[in-house]
Amino acid sequence: MRAALLLACLAPLAALAAEPGYVRVPAGQFATVLAYEDAAGPQRVDAFEMMARPVSNADFQAFVRSHPQWRRDRVSPLLAGHGYLEHWATRDKPASGAQAGQPVTHVSWFAASAYCSAQGARLPRWIEWEYAAAADERRRDARRDPAWRERILAWYAEPATRPLPASGAGAPNAYGLRDLHGVVWEWTDDHASLLVSADNRDQGDPDKARFCGAGALSVADREQYAVLMRVALLSSLEAADSTSLLGFRCVKDVR
Amino acid sequence: MNRPRKLFVAAILALVSLAACDRTDRDPPAKPAAAADARGSKAGDLGPPQGEPIKAVLTSPPMVPPPTGRTAPARVVVELEVIEKEMEISEGVRYTFWTFGGTVPGSFIRVRQGDTVEFHLKNSPDSKMPHNIDLHGVTGPGGGAASSFTAPGHASRFTFKALNAGLYVYHCATAPVGMHVANGMYGLILIEPPQGLPKVDREYYVMQGDFYTVGKYREKGLQAFNMASAIDEKPTYVLFNGKEGALTGDKALKAKTGEHVRLYVGNGGPNLVSSFHVIGEIFDKVWYEGGTHVQENVQTTLIPAGGAAMMEFHVEVPGSYVLVDHSIFRAFNKGALAILKADGPEVKDIYSGKEVDETYIGDRAQSSLAAVSDAAKSARAGALTVDEQVKAGQALFAGTCSTCHQANGQGLPNVFPPLAKSDYIAKQPSRIADVVLHGLTGPVTVNGNAYNSVMPPMNQLTDDEIADIATYVLNSWGNPGGRIQKDEVAKFRKDARPAAAPTH
Repeated sequence: MRAALLLACLAPLAALAAEPGYVRVPAGQFATVLAYEDAAGPQRVDAFEMMARPVSNADFQAFVRSHPQWRRDRVSPLLAGHGYLEHWATRDKPASGAQAGQPVTHVSWFAASAYCSAQGARLPRWIEWEYAAAADERRRDARRDPAWRERILAWYAEPATRPLPASGAGAPNAYGLRDLHGVVWEWTDDHASLLVSADNRDQGDPDKARFCGAGALSVADREQYAVLMRVALLSSLEAADSTSLLGFRCVKDVR
Repeated sequence: MNRPRKLFVAAILALVSLAACDRTDRDPPAKPAAAADARGSKAGDLGPPQGEPIKAVLTSPPMVPPPTGRTAPARVVVELEVIEKEMEISEGVRYTFWTFGGTVPGSFIRVRQGDTVEFHLKNSPDSKMPHNIDLHGVTGPGGGAASSFTAPGHASRFTFKALNAGLYVYHCATAPVGMHVANGMYGLILIEPPQGLPKVDREYYVMQGDFYTVGKYREKGLQAFNMASAIDEKPTYVLFNGKEGALTGDKALKAKTGEHVRLYVGNGGPNLVSSFHVIGEIFDKVWYEGGTHVQENVQTTLIPAGGAAMMEFHVEVPGSYVLVDHSIFRAFNKGALAILKADGPEVKDIYSGKEVDETYIGDRAQSSLAAVSDAAKSARAGALTVDEQVKAGQALFAGTCSTCHQANGQGLPNVFPPLAKSDYIAKQPSRIADVVLHGLTGPVTVNGNAYNSVMPPMNQLTDDEIADIATYVLNSWGNPGGRIQKDEVAKFRKDARPAAAPTH
């Protein structure tokens, strides 16, 4: 009887602490809203497996406990700058049980990458993230639907100070992935090469060649401002930065 | 296997191209006749900053920082924080604003031409979005935008020399630019000319903006931004200082009679141009477009989106002066309305207030004139018929009597007695002329109902006219008929006694 009670108490915690499962995203042709300099038109995205939900504070707590070099009191400021895990109660414990279940935020790109490496995984590339996030509940590419865009914009209209829902509380999209939109921003592996011009009005500027020494590439699809705002956020950050609304999830290559 | 690409992606989010921000063309303008040439930016470098750095005083609207009062260029430190916050846009209607300094419009910045401005842009850790700032008062590509792109929880710094005097808009220029501006990310920076601006008694800061919500005008609750109507340029709200009623009621701008008031008015847009007007005032001076030259005696001044103007007026008469966008449906149906309340003694020789409030019969007087003059002509010829009198009387009655007794002679229950089928008239028909001439005050009973009010004497009417009115009444609405002649009226006029309430 006592053992049963104990189990009942532990069950929710165990669920939170469990590594989020991965969902297979099949290969496909995909037209990104960005114009890549070395690829015109739709490009092939190979199959990959993606975490079904963002990494939670509880998930990240387990990682920090097994990798204490990523505790906020130990980490090098070169790898995780001001604000890293500052929302936790202590160096290895979230502020509350509710927070434990929420997506982890206040994490740097370096810390997110280290977490994924420890799982034998990696951060998604931008095009993988965009490919997976183009889906709604029924379609793999819902981007032409104005309602899809309006839902994303509605999230932008909410103040960032609202409490986050538990990670994975959202409805699964066509692949079975949850919370790609409407909860947190997410790091991508290649965020540092998303060179968005800081002044977004200089289209046609002869100086644009300064980006990577090649012709800078314009946005291919202006209607996709909802996605572009995500690119803008990622491009404003350095790899050691963190914000109160930026989390991550990992992917694995499919062999 | 998914090989990592050479992902050197350079995306330029050129969602909005603001050609107006191109500031390469800075040659001095053609010299206007008899006007001093400020010589533009070439005259703006007054040498290196002197003394210790000064922290700029920033104010929330509608207040304006005090004049700098400096005589030498300084290093001025401006610290501005971007805060995303939910606020009321109208009563019971909430909106997530993105702000410079926590208000819409953002904090007012005041520096002096030649100052070196060290600009710190902070983006609150609670922000969701990256932001930046483009100050139209900056000489340099992007107006500072590229140098100030700042992630949530970060701060950035850039420095510029304020070369051109004037009143300038600043705004966020992060993609999508229109959305950041529509959410309230704009404000004003005043770059005083070296000699400062003429002293005034009051200075206020007002900025217009258009807002786009998913819900309709005044639909309650939290309203999300509506990108589709923003692209269509069909705002739900057009507002001064970011909220319907931001400057009305207790929050009205204040002044006293005899004071000089200067307004610093900007237009953040994102879309609409403002036809700025103050109802009941004439701008003595307008620094149109926020520039150096002054236009005088202006009723309405145009303020472009992303532009500003200063205007000055002297308050002579107390009362409420209404600031509007004179594209007037915006004022009364979308909220573009503010009040400046002036206190002080009445100045009747300048403005009397209401002196006369009377019925204006307009065209009816024109058409009726014919019947009345025809009747007068016939009367002089001694050939006046009852029919002519009735026609003339009908026209006069419509102008003089029908307001109270109604066009159908029914009066108003308990207030104005009826003339139709009136036992009061039937008893003594000639008394109509007496009452019209002298008025009637006190209790009367008509058709069994008691009345007690005041009818003023109508002795401005001629004897002919009164006879015509009385004849018209006698021959209308079931009254006994007959006629009143002008001689009878003349007799009543000679008596010169007020008509006494009859005793029953």
